[in-house]
Amino acid sequence: MFRRLSDQPLTVAIMLNGRPVMAAPTDTVAAALLAAGEIAFCRSTVSLEPRGPYCGMGVCFECRVTIDGEGSRQACLTTVRDGMEIVTGGARRSLLIEALAR
Amino acid sequence: MRSARTEADIAIIGGGIVGMSLAYGLAREGQRRIIVLDEDDLSLRASRGNFALVWLQSKGFGMHAYARWTRRSVDLWRQFATTLEYEAGTNIALEQKGGFVLFFDEAALDERMRKLDCLMDGLGRDRFQVEAMDHAALVKMMPAIGPDVVGGVYCPLDGHVNVLRLYRALHEACRGWGVDYRPREGVTSIKSGHRTFKLTTSRSQLSANRVVLAAGLGNSRLASMVGLTAPVRPQRGQIIVTEKLERFLDYPLGTLRQTDEGSVMIGASKEEAGFDTGTTAEILSSLADSAVRMFPLLGRARVVRSWSALRVMTPDSFPIYEASCDAPGAFLVTCHSGVTLAAGHALDLAQCLDADHLPARFDAFSSRRFADVSQVV
Amino acid sequence: MRDLVVVGAGSAGMSAAIASRRMGLSVIIVDENATLGGQVYRSVGASPVRNPAILGRDYWAGKALVDAAISADIEHLNSAAVWMIEREDDASFSVGVSQAGQSRMMNARAVLIATGALERPFPIQGWTLPGVMTAGAGQSLLKTSGLVPDGPLVLAGTGPLLYLLAAQYSRAGVSIDALLDTTPRSNWRVAMKHLPAFLFSPYCHKGLRLLMEVERATRLVRGVTALRALGDTALQEVAFVQRGRERRIAAQTLMLHQGVVPQVNLSMAAGCEHRWDDARLAFEPVLSDLGATSVPGIFIAGDSAGIGGAVAAEISGGLAALGVALHLRRIAEVDGRAVAHRRELAEALRGRRFLDALYRPAPSFRLPSDDVIICRCEEITAGAVRQVALAGAPGPNQAKTFLRAGMGLCQGRLCGVTVTEIMSEATRRVPSDIGHYRLRNPVKPLTLGELASACTKRSKALRLD
Repeated sequence: MFRRLSDQPLTVAIMLNGRPVMAAPTDTVAAALLAAGEIAFCRSTVSLEPRGPYCGMGVCFECRVTIDGEGSRQACLTTVRDGMEIVTGGARRSLLIEALAR
Repeated sequence: MRSARTEADIAIIGGGIVGMSLAYGLAREGQRRIIVLDEDDLSLRASRGNFALVWLQSKGFGMHAYARWTRRSVDLWRQFATTLEYEAGTNIALEQKGGFVLFFDEAALDERMRKLDCLMDGLGRDRFQVEAMDHAALVKMMPAIGPDVVGGVYCPLDGHVNVLRLYRALHEACRGWGVDYRPREGVTSIKSGHRTFKLTTSRSQLSANRVVLAAGLGNSRLASMVGLTAPVRPQRGQIIVTEKLERFLDYPLGTLRQTDEGSVMIGASKEEAGFDTGTTAEILSSLADSAVRMFPLLGRARVVRSWSALRVMTPDSFPIYEASCDAPGAFLVTCHSGVTLAAGHALDLAQCLDADHLPARFDAFSSRRFADVSQVV
Repeated sequence: MRDLVVVGAGSAGMSAAIASRRMGLSVIIVDENATLGGQVYRSVGASPVRNPAILGRDYWAGKALVDAAISADIEHLNSAAVWMIEREDDASFSVGVSQAGQSRMMNARAVLIATGALERPFPIQGWTLPGVMTAGAGQSLLKTSGLVPDGPLVLAGTGPLLYLLAAQYSRAGVSIDALLDTTPRSNWRVAMKHLPAFLFSPYCHKGLRLLMEVERATRLVRGVTALRALGDTALQEVAFVQRGRERRIAAQTLMLHQGVVPQVNLSMAAGCEHRWDDARLAFEPVLSDLGATSVPGIFIAGDSAGIGGAVAAEISGGLAALGVALHLRRIAEVDGRAVAHRRELAEALRGRRFLDALYRPAPSFRLPSDDVIICRCEEITAGAVRQVALAGAPGPNQAKTFLRAGMGLCQGRLCGVTVTEIMSEATRRVPSDIGHYRLRNPVKPLTLGELASACTKRSKALRLD
């Protein structure tokens, strides 16, 4: 679990797996998710075991989430945006489902 | 003449898919002293760049014997896979449900059908089924197909396999049969005697009663040492591989397939780039563009890696299978469809090599057919 | 056409861009993050961590550099990834850049790679469990969002960054349940050789103070020889061995660190020559002292040239800028300016060999036991790599062919060094003989759609079957 040190204003409203979460404007999606109590972001494509952010700098690819319907986005390299919809827990992407949802 | 005891009955030069398929076949025929000599980690290795197709429909325009040989191998593939899987304990995911070649313009599709009709006429009794399909028919089999695809050719005998697991299975199975695989032993010279060959490698020397040249591009250097010629040149192919995706494509295409693990492989370019195995923005971009035109939903798929490898091309693109007259006991094997032909190599050609004789049906593949063509290499 | 593309907005990249601009070159910096600063100075312009004591003076020192980069009239592309460097002709390069889901090729006469370092892989049992991350990740979260672990926290490993993070956390009021120090005692013997230089270096005083602070603030467990992360769907406990005894400690977050290594993917894919450095246990590019690689026109500076820290990186950026300007014939000679830089660089690097030796990770943490996953993406174990090495695979590329190790999304970044070292040990051949994965462009996972529209040249070399 992670907590925030300061009480910076959380002015960005995002949706995380269908529930509303507030984030700071400089948060990466990874930071916002960790602050909201998520530590498993996706699943291994090999074993389907849960995986979470490891390197924090975009080289491990274990922080993959679906953002606004697009899968395999790296949460640690994406800054939050008002209205962003994030879904966690994916393993292999389904391009068919993503296309249908558009 | 009694020769001094040799270390191997058969030395196979080249440990790629061709060499290992032959080793496997020979071992199953009862050969017990086989040594495979392979090169290094960064050597040019066509086997690393292949597309894993077990493919018939595009083969043999201009040489019917090649179409027939490919058909033979395709027919043997199921048996080959089953025995290999059993012996190696690995599933190699062979699928032979048919495959497609797709077209973005009608004229090209018509041209292909004309060539195929011609081929089938030439094959007579040996003709096989190919079917032209329009966009509507394609959509039924591949729902994700894009509007730019006007049609395609379907052949029910085409298929694909997990080639990395194939390669691993060949190694496992060969080890089980006692084949002596020696890496980092690139052959620098071969001294041919009468049915005895002294091979010098980068690290050692050994002797063998027979030698099979299956060294891909390396054959061009080695062939003359055993009284043969191997006019092969490198032809570069670049391949893109995507992230693993949920299955959306059930059939391989000639230039695109979804692997059993979910990633999509996209090829296939043909460049005369010498021995350079780099990848280029121009080709990668063109390949990506083609793929997205074929399957628009792929536009969102992420590229995980690219490959580049050098096909082993003869002047007419068809294989060379030849027994040396000057150095009896030496054989030359080269082709660029090592996966498709793996079954034929293991279960048919290997028997011929074991019997030390290439029957007449291989005559068409002799390098003598190039006698009138000026040296390409 | 621009004179220079600088890849990476860390210490070296910013410094090189500023210096090049001063010499009249047209420069653009491209960086994956939203703001300038790289890893060390991440978010220094906008960190929500207001109390400067928490992150420390060395961090805030970077603000001056960031401010200078902003005011120096340098083009800056942020949240943008460079995925390819390709030679266009004798005098220019084509650089593939992806930003906001669109890619294009950018032309430049020269390219400076300043992509910095990444954490050395730390493969232990259970390192793939959610809740296990690198110390660097913890530090990034702190700097950018003021986030700290809440709940049982264990830090483990060796190296200055680990102790720095421990100090920063404790200053921020975070309780650290244990800092499991894996520094091998035997390292001292080798490190002693380099002690004199260290004593006179900037690291000595700072380092000692840091260590004292950490010892006061946390439960420091020295001489840890084994580590395991345990839990079923997430981290629950950390098991460790010290003085032959195994103990367990409850944990929700485990932060690992055993040094950093240069990022080599872009430079290797661009064809630059690299060599294995045994003192630093990493592949490093072969460079002239002005940062020129074996590919004329491509330069490398900062930690991606060889680990030296942020201050050295800044100086090395300045030297590389001279190298670029010389290469582009904007200056006639460098000797005058370079002399001062070289002196400063030597000063900044003094004491590093001591640190490299003292914090050299133990073999057991670089060469884990057979059952430990070493390729996270494809879940390949150390044992599988050993097996193919012993069965004759001559190097990492054949191992990749047999196992799929290195074929995942991370493109070998988290397993490359491990695979090379495992194969080296198993076959008793030195790592430089074993080699590295052959890396190719694109080095970032852009989409097919982006790639399709990135390059407008269309090749006639495609076939349909």
